[in-house]
Amino acid sequence: MTASTMTNSTQPPSAKPAPPAAPDIPARRAPAEPAVTFDVRHLNVWFSSNQVLDDISLQVPPKAVTAIIGPSGCGKSTFLRSLNRMHDLVPGARVQGSITLFGEDLYASHVDPTVVRRRVGMVFQKSNPFPTMSVAENVTVGLRLNGVRQKALLNERMERALRMAALWDEVKDRLHANALSLSGGQQQRLCIARALAIEPGVLLMDEPASALDPLATAKIEELILELKKQFTIVIVTHNMQQAARISGFTAFLYLGRLVEFDETAKIFTNPSNQQTEDYVTGRFG
Amino acid sequence: MNDLYYNWRKAKSSFISAACFVCAVIVITPLALVLFHLVRLGASSLDWNFLTQLPKSVGESGGGMANAIVGSLVLVGLAAGIGVPIGVLGGVYLAEFGSGKTNFVVRFAADILNGTPSIVWGIVVYALVVIPMKGASAYAGGLALGFMMIPLVIRTTEEMLALVPNGYREAALALGIPQWKMVVHIVLKTAGKGILTGVLLAASRVAGETAPLLFTTPGNHFWSHNLSEPISSLPVQIYVCAIGPYDDWHRQAWAGALVLLCIALAVNVGARLTTGRNSPHLAR
Repeated sequence: MTASTMTNSTQPPSAKPAPPAAPDIPARRAPAEPAVTFDVRHLNVWFSSNQVLDDISLQVPPKAVTAIIGPSGCGKSTFLRSLNRMHDLVPGARVQGSITLFGEDLYASHVDPTVVRRRVGMVFQKSNPFPTMSVAENVTVGLRLNGVRQKALLNERMERALRMAALWDEVKDRLHANALSLSGGQQQRLCIARALAIEPGVLLMDEPASALDPLATAKIEELILELKKQFTIVIVTHNMQQAARISGFTAFLYLGRLVEFDETAKIFTNPSNQQTEDYVTGRFG
Repeated sequence: MNDLYYNWRKAKSSFISAACFVCAVIVITPLALVLFHLVRLGASSLDWNFLTQLPKSVGESGGGMANAIVGSLVLVGLAAGIGVPIGVLGGVYLAEFGSGKTNFVVRFAADILNGTPSIVWGIVVYALVVIPMKGASAYAGGLALGFMMIPLVIRTTEEMLALVPNGYREAALALGIPQWKMVVHIVLKTAGKGILTGVLLAASRVAGETAPLLFTTPGNHFWSHNLSEPISSLPVQIYVCAIGPYDDWHRQAWAGALVLLCIALAVNVGARLTTGRNSPHLAR
């Protein structure tokens, strides 16, 4: 895996050796684990009168990376955002169909969207650490604004989240510096740490590396492979090599419809659908 | 394209540039004239006594406007107590919670309020507060100035909140933070310096208002210890001195005007310096 070798050479010798890369396709049905993280059935999403997603059904497997690919405007981000109810505050947005998370209906009337978002973390394309806060404050903000006050607990969670995001060694001496003093790649990993600190079970990533240089991208990809041991990850990406490198499953969306969903190896080597083949081989899109 | 045409275009360009420059000079000329005139006439009467002493009675020379300077600060403080909370919360409503139709109404109302002549505020407060309370008071003056601050603060707050990138709101919501906490702890904090600047500019703007105070708190010659009695203020004191018959009073009026202008300038420059230097948040 060239990505991880590149990254290792840039780390100081004192840094922890990178963990061995996990196999690309994980065990799909580990015992005592729910078989499905998200179960999406007949999902339709409208913005005002414009239908963006059309009857999407798919099952996101746990502790694996599921990549969503497709040309711009095909509804990838819209799909991702319906998984943590980010459409709720968009005027005119309407969601129909059902999405369950570990068997629980996310859109049931008694479900509070803020609770859903605490269980489903999200990382955005453009890194967006809060500019008024230090590195440490950024990581703990989700806990603090959800009522956690104990200093010791906050510090413990902050360190754990930063370690999980492979950022601890780089920032442990400047935890109180402004978050914007970090480099672009570090800011994005800070955002990942911020999302991890509230201990979600799932991580959604909307093109998390598309604004980064190749080295920072490699670090993020390595991190994703590490995180999938503990989390279910759904990632939207424009970069098909990236999808092939990091994901176990791939969904191909086109014009708001799910064209094909299968193991990544199959999508990229032997897709069942002609459109998928045309897209992954670069004939359109 | 021949040389002749090129030269013609170059000439046109120079002409327009020159016209812009002349207009820019015309814009700053009045400011320079006002400053020059005030310094020439006011600086000679501006001394330590002017800033620390009460006005002398008619016929005596000397004395100062200390009570009016403090009174103006008190009035602006009262006005801010009314204008800032209502204005900031109104601006938050417009930027974060309101929908198209209500926003249109609120914005329209704020613009109308903004365009209301200040003498009208004086009369309104006179009718609503001074008559029922049977007398002018510092409270009434502060209220009139506070009403004037509300639309100014609403609009700057809304503009500053609109500059906060949506990514911060989404990031906060995605952490499961409720919307109101997101607004208070993330959005308002990010826009804080800009809103503070707007508040300071609004305060310095109403600090110079005379008309709303004529009916509501016409001033006195002493230190005020009770806010339910009239309090003196710089603009009203300047007005009284300027229309008085004595040369000494006229000199006092010039000195008072110079002080008022210096305060306004200091607040403006200070506000712009703080935001200019320390707001990397919104520069992205």
